[in-house]
Amino acid sequence: MKFEGKVIKYGDNVDTDVIIPARYLNTSDHSELAKHCMEDLDATFVTRVNKGDVMVAGYNFGCGSSREHAPIAIKASGISCVIAKTFARIFYRNAINIGLPIVESPECANDAEENDRLEIDLEKGFIINYNKGKTYRIEPFPEFIQKIIVAGGLMARTKKEALPTETD
Amino acid sequence: MPMTMTQKILAKAAGLDSVKPGQLVQAKVDMVLGNDITAPVAIHEFEKAGLEKVFHTEKIALVPDHFTPNKDIKSAEQVKRMREFARKMGIKHFFEVGQMGVEHALLPEQGLVVAGDVVIGADSHTCTYGALGAFSTGTGSTDMAAAMATGEVWLKIPEAIQFNLIGKPSEWVSGKDIILHIIGHIGVAGALYKSMEFTGDGLEFLSMDDRFTIANMAIEAGAKNGIFEVDEETIKYIQEHSCKTYEVFTADNDAEYLKEYTIDLSKLKPTVSFPHLPENTRTIDQVGEIPIHQVVIGSCTNGRMEDMRIAAKILAGRKVHRDVRCIVIPATQRIWKECMQEGLFDIFVDAGCAVSTPTCGPCLGGHMGVLAAGERAVSTTNRNFVGRMGHAKSEVYLASPAIAAASAITGKISSPDEVMK
Ligand code: SF4
Repeated sequence: MKFEGKVIKYGDNVDTDVIIPARYLNTSDHSELAKHCMEDLDATFVTRVNKGDVMVAGYNFGCGSSREHAPIAIKASGISCVIAKTFARIFYRNAINIGLPIVESPECANDAEENDRLEIDLEKGFIINYNKGKTYRIEPFPEFIQKIIVAGGLMARTKKEALPTETD
Repeated sequence: MPMTMTQKILAKAAGLDSVKPGQLVQAKVDMVLGNDITAPVAIHEFEKAGLEKVFHTEKIALVPDHFTPNKDIKSAEQVKRMREFARKMGIKHFFEVGQMGVEHALLPEQGLVVAGDVVIGADSHTCTYGALGAFSTGTGSTDMAAAMATGEVWLKIPEAIQFNLIGKPSEWVSGKDIILHIIGHIGVAGALYKSMEFTGDGLEFLSMDDRFTIANMAIEAGAKNGIFEVDEETIKYIQEHSCKTYEVFTADNDAEYLKEYTIDLSKLKPTVSFPHLPENTRTIDQVGEIPIHQVVIGSCTNGRMEDMRIAAKILAGRKVHRDVRCIVIPATQRIWKECMQEGLFDIFVDAGCAVSTPTCGPCLGGHMGVLAAGERAVSTTNRNFVGRMGHAKSEVYLASPAIAAASAITGKISSPDEVMK
């Protein structure tokens, strides 16, 4: 998986209530959610995001609720990948489960500035920041998680394996 | 390899003799939970994958609590979808309005979770059941969908941080003050990916309601789960509420903890968390003059019977300040009924409070008390993020029911001592 796009940058502790406020959770329509993505933190986000852009943030990205609407809204808004110093754990697994690529790279998140151009190659395991002239190595996902991603998300994998039985 | 409480429960659920931190396992779940926000997404994924049967009709709980009784057409459609799915799949634990409550108060009360269980819920505060000595954690809707189909979930074995609670808390220090103190100390990512394990002699002074409140907010420190050592109090609670068989897991003496904190409960003061992060805590003597417009007493954090009793004790014979709306929401039908039988509603209504049927409502800015721009609320809930309770320019201060009730009377953030003279 390879992406290229410009950086849209935020700080630490970006929570799920600002990614998608609860007042919009009475729907799960992806394009509807995308319209309100980041609204309470940055009302200009939806007007300036372009397909392929990369969201870059600080520590504990996606903290707060378990709403999968958060990674869904980000993905549906056109963001190709989120890079952060660290991710909150439920957001991390939700992103993997729904197929929103995420990368933990404190160095890259530190250096990147608004509108920098990034190239990300998940298979080869690197990020290039063209404006800074820097390359960062990224850790590949553990094999277990790669399998979920390769299967096309958790449900695609589950579909193959599921044999529902009533047991106790 | 020595293991923590959490590691032991997960090893068993994964069918392994032992596990170590960082290991990825596929674990069997004893209960899968979803609410009216997350379950519809899970149901969509479930149906899209062409699945036709759930793994177990009695190990799934569907609780419409966030926007119920439905506040608008869209939320009514969401719950309708849940209801129809529950009927079609034969899911036993679907809680209709009239039986429902806020999910994390409801499940323990209904005896659906006991010590040793593995519970995943598509709601971040699923970590509440750690109070019972269960492993429980919040996940997303896709995890819920997969678990409804297979009865399993993928999990990474967490490292643990130990909190050794000692001493007896003073009169107005409750579970809420203890957990706010801890989050203020370690920060909102202080336990990121970790389990918080609570132990120590101080547990004997903590009621089950206190423990539920503490475990509830483990997620606010970034934790995967919070878990309490099981004692007589836990066993008593389980036996009174459930007929499920439970299993008590204790940490090995030489289990490894990433960090160990000892917290002397006798030294803690009532604590308030300032906007817009739960870690922005101040003790009540450091709060200063903060006028407020609304008080909310309820939620999965503090909507239980003890919380209602303490609020009533402070509000009895007093009046809510004329600039304040005080909204009281017992978390479940059973708690509601108990409040009624104990005469607490007389106290609340005479004081000028509005009492609501169980719902999450204002906690997430859904309905039943949404804030306008510039308004401030003292709330017994668990999150004070930007816009959490309404307008992005409103503010939420997190506190115990005692502080919330006292503040409702004075119109500013106050210690119960100020009104209980
Ligand atoms: S009461 Fe608040 S925190 Fe608890 S489940 Fe409901 S919305 Fe979530």
